[in-house]
Amino acid sequence: MSDGARSLALHGALLALLLAGAFVLPAYHHGVLARVMVLSVYAAGYNIMFGYTGLLSLGHALFFAAGMYGMGLAVQHGGVTPALGLLAGLGCGLAVAFALGLLALRTAGVAFMIVTLMFAQAGYLTVLYFGPYTRGDEGFVLQGAQRVLFGFDLSDAGVRYIAALILFAAVLVGVLALVRSRFGRVLVAIRENEERARMLGYDTFAHKLGAVVISGGIAALAGAAYGLLFGYVGATFASVQYSIFPLLWVLLGGAGTVIGPFLGTLFMFYLIDLSSGYTSAYMLIAGVVLVALTLFAPQGLAGELRRRIWRGLP
Amino acid sequence: MLEIDRIDAGYGRAQVLRGLSLRISPGEILCLLGRNGAGKTTTMKAIMGLLPLTGGQVRLDGQVISELPAHRVAGAGIGYIPQGRRLFSELTVAQNLEIGLRVKNSGPEVLEGVLELFPRLRERMGQRAQTLSGGEQQMLATARALCVEPRYLLLDEPTEGLQPSMIEAIRQVVVVMRDRGVGVLLVEQRVDAVLSVADRVAFIENGRNLETVAADDLRRDHSVIERHLGV
Repeated sequence: MSDGARSLALHGALLALLLAGAFVLPAYHHGVLARVMVLSVYAAGYNIMFGYTGLLSLGHALFFAAGMYGMGLAVQHGGVTPALGLLAGLGCGLAVAFALGLLALRTAGVAFMIVTLMFAQAGYLTVLYFGPYTRGDEGFVLQGAQRVLFGFDLSDAGVRYIAALILFAAVLVGVLALVRSRFGRVLVAIRENEERARMLGYDTFAHKLGAVVISGGIAALAGAAYGLLFGYVGATFASVQYSIFPLLWVLLGGAGTVIGPFLGTLFMFYLIDLSSGYTSAYMLIAGVVLVALTLFAPQGLAGELRRRIWRGLP
Repeated sequence: MLEIDRIDAGYGRAQVLRGLSLRISPGEILCLLGRNGAGKTTTMKAIMGLLPLTGGQVRLDGQVISELPAHRVAGAGIGYIPQGRRLFSELTVAQNLEIGLRVKNSGPEVLEGVLELFPRLRERMGQRAQTLSGGEQQMLATARALCVEPRYLLLDEPTEGLQPSMIEAIRQVVVVMRDRGVGVLLVEQRVDAVLSVADRVAFIENGRNLETVAADDLRRDHSVIERHLGV
């Protein structure tokens, strides 16, 4: 089987499984999976920058929150429809990512990490500063009528699952197309050796800026969708914790693989979920498992799959 | 014609090149010879726009390229293969070449032309670059640069640390490229390797030109070499 056909089979099978899940999963896991799908879209966005381009950002919560608040404030205070709200969230994320990229990409390595972290903190404080509108830490809840998208009520669990799946599938297919495109190949070349890519005639700054904008845009879309699907917008999602999460998910699942972010998000969610059923020290169990994975599968779950079974995994 | 016209360049405050000039014509191999620290590698970096010039110009067919950003210099048709090869080591041979091909969206015929020069690579297409031998890595780095179809090629010590059969293979490729009309600037330490391929040889010292002589004259009379390179 060619690489293209195998890739189609693998990712198609994942989507089919998730679709089947909509009908057979018990209510609890049904809800978990909807959440995991939206969060793994966030991780997929992060992966574009970290996994494919080699840019380690510690401030992705800025984009997630830009999307969430762009949508939430537009719906709550602007009174726009949820569909327009989603667009507003995406637009905010793209604009913030473009601006941050122009500034932060003047640095590299550790400095880049610090700059992104600081901008994200500034974003978090901005949310708190405008408390009268954002309701700060407490956040605000979107009412039922504000969550009806194209006539579908997103407060209904079944509808919510399908909406999450559609978003997840669209981003999965988009990322697959991206990494197989000329643009995506150049990102990998930049990750491997930026100077060489430049010496071959590629404008590496423009490519990196493109990666930041796409990555930020996907993260923002995830943020906007999360707010809309689960009806809550709050400052926690702008905090540093939400910048670290996608890094963990991507590392666990396999950086630089299309399926990795989903695997990592799913794995981490159930790891904490299951271990907290046994003990109140569940973070200890989670920590030990994370250490073990880092030791024995440093490339992450999908990374191991790529190393052992299928070298051409996209 | 690639013209380096009285350029000054260096690293921070340390000036390395002082009024250095070179001319390379299409279909010619110009060798740069000089002692360690004479400025050979610096010259190549300056041409590629990796170092800011503090004086002088680099021109490609009359067009000033020394004011362009580095990636545009490469795009204008100058291929640079630095010392130490520098591959995309996690990627396969095929993927490395593909990155080169996609610069100009070249078709399979370009790849075919390159693989004709390096039949060894054809057998290694699916292998990861970091698992190649030193000679094969040099071949891959050269092949990738050729995928961009450069009109001028800058080679920084391509035969360093290679076994004799590999050196010969690389030498053959340089000669073929010359015969196809590519202008080559070659930095080499080993005088015998230089004399077997060069058309002209430029001696430099402390970032300045000493003299440029036809390789034929050097082959007849070694005294110039002793004078400039002798210890």
